[in-house]
Amino acid sequence: MDPINVIRSRTVVMPSSNIDTDQIIPARFLTTTTRDGLGAALFADWRYGADGRPNPEFVLNRPEAKGCEILVAGRNIGCGSSREHAPWALLDFGFRAVISTEIADIFRNNSLKNGLLPVVVDEATHAWLVANPGAEVEVDLPSTSLRLPDGRSVTFPVEAFARYCLMNGVDELGYLLKQADAIAAYERRVG
Amino acid sequence: MTAKTLFEKVWERHVVAPETADTPAVLYIDLHLTHEVTSPQAFSVLRSRGLKVRRPDRTLVTMDHSTPTDTAQIFGGKPIALESAAKQIRQLEQNCAEFGLDLIGLKDDRRGIVHIIGPELGATQPGKTIVCGDSHTSTHGAFGALAFGIGTTEVGYVLATQCLLQRRPKTLAIEVSNRLQPGVSAKDLVLAIIGRIGVNGGTGHVIEYRGTAIEALSMDERMTVCNMSIEAGARAGMVAPDETTFAYLKGRPRAPQGQAWDRAVVDWRTLRTDPGAAFDKVVELDAAAVEPMITYGTNPGMVAPISGRVPERPGDTVFARSLEYMGLEPGELLRDKPVQVVFVGSCTNARISDLEVAAKVLAGRKVAPGVRMLVVPGSQQVKHEAEARGFAKVFTDAGAEWRESGCSMCLGMNGDTVPQGQYCVSTSNRNFEGRQGSGARTLLASPATAAATAVRGRVTDPREFLN
Repeated sequence: MDPINVIRSRTVVMPSSNIDTDQIIPARFLTTTTRDGLGAALFADWRYGADGRPNPEFVLNRPEAKGCEILVAGRNIGCGSSREHAPWALLDFGFRAVISTEIADIFRNNSLKNGLLPVVVDEATHAWLVANPGAEVEVDLPSTSLRLPDGRSVTFPVEAFARYCLMNGVDELGYLLKQADAIAAYERRVG
Repeated sequence: MTAKTLFEKVWERHVVAPETADTPAVLYIDLHLTHEVTSPQAFSVLRSRGLKVRRPDRTLVTMDHSTPTDTAQIFGGKPIALESAAKQIRQLEQNCAEFGLDLIGLKDDRRGIVHIIGPELGATQPGKTIVCGDSHTSTHGAFGALAFGIGTTEVGYVLATQCLLQRRPKTLAIEVSNRLQPGVSAKDLVLAIIGRIGVNGGTGHVIEYRGTAIEALSMDERMTVCNMSIEAGARAGMVAPDETTFAYLKGRPRAPQGQAWDRAVVDWRTLRTDPGAAFDKVVELDAAAVEPMITYGTNPGMVAPISGRVPERPGDTVFARSLEYMGLEPGELLRDKPVQVVFVGSCTNARISDLEVAAKVLAGRKVAPGVRMLVVPGSQQVKHEAEARGFAKVFTDAGAEWRESGCSMCLGMNGDTVPQGQYCVSTSNRNFEGRQGSGARTLLASPATAAATAVRGRVTDPREFLN
């Protein structure tokens, strides 16, 4: 995974609360055995009509969404299924960060593992972002802050180790594998 | 000695390396449940890095999500209709062979939904840490285990190291007083809890369900409650183990046997929240006030008593959009809403007692004309028992379809789906848009409500049939 530093992009806004991972990628796309190409299935039931054609009303199909790397979503995005296909699909589509007032636990974890940055902000900042779709903002991981176009800046929480790994491209599995002695000692102790 | 919660006791037993400001705890995982959908990419990582599975003996592998429920496709030599599903199943078989894992395969008599067979085999035990690449892993907390869903990257971590990196979550006590009324089920209770605290009410927390109403529940019922902890946003739900737990586990194939059993029970009795132990949050609920519940919206928190109406929330556009998807009006009565499909199944409600109550309602009755009812047992063991006890015959005599076990219409991955625009009363766990098929409209309810609704063809209070 490439190290993450600062993500600067216009935003796409999906203000609905409780956008679950079944919406992000419906279950019928999960019979894959790889993680590639899932961007095509992102928000499939909202993005395409019954005839398979793109729904022109859907925000990701509008011309201004092209190239946007930051998704602003309503409260509690990512609830439901643990499918990691959800962050894989968002990343494959081109997103690098998701902003909300609240992000569901498993989705947040899965996102961090893949370099999709979950950014939780206060209600007022979120309300501003929702009211200003397409605003050019900066998600700054080193300073854990979100900068708005008018220069205002708010900080967001990121678990310290996840932040270190994301900024330095450090592989968590490598870190865990280095715990082999401690793990073996634990196994001897508990039997 | 400090008073500790059940969660804290189980957590502390599994810390390989404690958390610091800079690093999460390294937490040991006792049991890793694995299935075909969320594991292929994890095995690929192991393969590309030349890693082995550290503890095959702690890894229980089966297939349930994309598997067919049609008998001919499993036992009759008929090809699996969905080619991508067939490929995924073959991939799991290859991965198990390559990494030296025992597989409870497609034709295995022990097969079933992973959250149903773990307890059934006695692999799920008090005090264990249990993970699976599936959010409904919370089910196993019913035994006093710490059990939670993980993503595929973490599936790879556990395969390779038997450990996870974890920050300690907060604790939420849900105290349920009194007893459930006759005709009101554990499903109704957990729907009422989610309705009360919301679909994000448990975020960041592990729930402990406590109180007289919880103690009175059977293991099947406790599993139903813990199963839906994730629908309140909680990673895990737990119930302290007691005599009910021990009686369920005793003699099961993977439970401790003989003297080891006696020692285990002595230890398991210590897995209770100490008097005076503090939770981060406490919610209280009166079980006696819970009615049969049914959802009306597109998340499990959008739920009301079956005698109630769709709420009115003027100005709430998200709420309005959800009702539009469901084809329901604010203020509309839920009772008597016509439905086209009834599904009894899923890791929430496909255990033998769930099928028993559905059969009790359906006995001597017929599924209403124009209604399709699908009954999918949670495991092959449940299937055999339901056949031996005559429940399966009740279902087929009533005109319902009786299938092989699997996740089936809960998420429609295997082709068992609800058609566009149709209403389905389902005993599963999620009423999300499109969950049971594109455009499907899901109403979550208990097995009794589902069966009563199948008979009438309309949303029906099961107490009309049960009491």
